[in-house]
Amino acid sequence: MSAAPQASPTATKISVERLDAWYGATHAVRGVSLEIPDRAVTALIGPSGCGKSTFLRCLNRMHELLPSARAEGRVLLDGEDLLSGEVDPVDLRRRVGMVFQRPNPFPTLSIRDNVIAGFKLNGMRGGRAETVERCLRQAALWDEVKDRLGASPLSLSGGQQQRLCIARALAVEPEVLLMDEPASALDPIATARLEELIHELKERYTIVLVTHNLQQAARTSDQTAFFYMGELAEAGRTEQIFTNPRERRTEDYVTGKFG
Amino acid sequence: MRLRRRLADLAMTGLCALAVGVALVPLASLLWLVVSRGLPGLTPAFLLGRPAPVGDPGGGVGNGIVGTFLMVGLASLLAVPIGVGAGIFLAEEGDGPLGRAIRFVAEVLACVPSIVLGIVAYAVVVIPMGHFSAIAGAVAMALLMVPPLARATEEFVRLVPGTLREASLALGVPAWRTSLRVVVRTALGGITTAMLLAVARAAGETAPLLFTSLNNQYWNLRPDLPTASLTVQIFNFAISPYESWHAQAWSGALALLLLVGVLNLLARFAARDRLGGGSR
Ligand SMILES: Nc1ncnc2c1ncn2[C@@H]1O[C@H](COP(=O)(O)OP(=O)(O)OP(=O)(O)O)[C@@H](O)[C@H]1O
Ligand SMILES: [Mg+2]
Repeated sequence: MSAAPQASPTATKISVERLDAWYGATHAVRGVSLEIPDRAVTALIGPSGCGKSTFLRCLNRMHELLPSARAEGRVLLDGEDLLSGEVDPVDLRRRVGMVFQRPNPFPTLSIRDNVIAGFKLNGMRGGRAETVERCLRQAALWDEVKDRLGASPLSLSGGQQQRLCIARALAVEPEVLLMDEPASALDPIATARLEELIHELKERYTIVLVTHNLQQAARTSDQTAFFYMGELAEAGRTEQIFTNPRERRTEDYVTGKFG
Repeated sequence: MRLRRRLADLAMTGLCALAVGVALVPLASLLWLVVSRGLPGLTPAFLLGRPAPVGDPGGGVGNGIVGTFLMVGLASLLAVPIGVGAGIFLAEEGDGPLGRAIRFVAEVLACVPSIVLGIVAYAVVVIPMGHFSAIAGAVAMALLMVPPLARATEEFVRLVPGTLREASLALGVPAWRTSLRVVVRTALGGITTAMLLAVARAAGETAPLLFTSLNNQYWNLRPDLPTASLTVQIFNFAISPYESWHAQAWSGALALLLLVGVLNLLARFAARDRLGGGSR
């Protein structure tokens, strides 16, 4: 199930220009520039602590939750600079959704209400039965939960919880989906289902996926970006990064010499 | 070597059991004393009646129980919004100078003896009003309830995993809505427990009521009048020179113990129910 090579160059959804990010004095992301294509999967790989999560969080300004964190540079979503003061982070996060490393469904809401939490918590109507079914189907969870939509999400397995979190992210109809090691708490079967799901979702969404699993990056992504010590060491078509990297560091990493 | 270890283990286990026993003896004897002396007088008439003059048969603490509920209710109306609100604030943004100041004030207030809180309520409410009242008693109780409420709320809110907050913010839910509808909602079981414990504690207090709500021989539901309370009634029965009133003091004490006990049990159930499901 290898990703079909991208025949024609697709349009750019997010364009990152010379992005720097700090936690206090720690310089976590250093001058990274990267074009993220529309309706394709971009994988971020690299050794632990190299700044992948930090980079990802800058794409929907989740880094702002930490008072010590700050970012400089430009992140253009459809040409609009996210880091400029004019973009409202709340609106932005409805356009750029996120799925986290550990499944984090809301324990006080039912499975159904978790899917439409983006509406419910905002006091909006719009979370109707069709939305619930559509998103659960998109997340390949519908058949497993359709008979117990009122149950607690904690009664689901970890893999099911993670797919519920994906359904929840899809319900607010984002344009971009950021995933930070979404499979790290899942077993191989649940991981395989998640990868299939990512493959289906890229028809409609732009996906940025952080992963430590190189095979996963190779299987699911169209573009791969290799981060090393806060810098973007190399980025390119996934096939090229894994078979014919330009950089020595990339080659060492993808062939397992370190990391 | 092995023998010595096992002997030491045995000795320590024995010591622990002994310590538990020593701790339980006063508790058990206290319960026995209250139950054995209070139970005979604990009749429906006693729980539903109002005090009778010395010598008259009968008489009860019904109006005191009602008064206690009235004042605890009023006190909760004051203390819950303030205490829970302060706790949420402390947990969410309490790391600045304002948060430190509030925490300091709450800690100091928690250390103030309850009779001093009664004096404060006397000065602030009774003197301006010109007479004793349920309101004054409720103010004293509220002063007592706010610090533990704020503290417990803060702790329960802090227990809510940060990942839930992130999940909500990442859905485009504004920070204040996230605080209320995700973080506080998830901590609600714990906050309910804290409220019930604070109510139980306030219901058992006598000192702050002695010169705020005073007492009342009659049924009263008006907050601006002096009001009977179970605890002050027990106090008055107990310090009287009459045998029959002493017996009523024991029965009143038993009623109070049951009331506070039920509140504590409810608090435990609230905690188990919600928190058990809330975090895994
Ligand atoms: N909350 C934080 N406070 C201070 N420094 C942080 C914080 N989070 C991350 N860092 C630092 O920033 C750098 C990049 O961290 P980041 O989490 O982005 O790495 P990562 O590539 O996602 O690693 P991993 O693969 O282990 O998740 C690291 O040096 C890390 O120590
Ligand atoms: Mg990370």
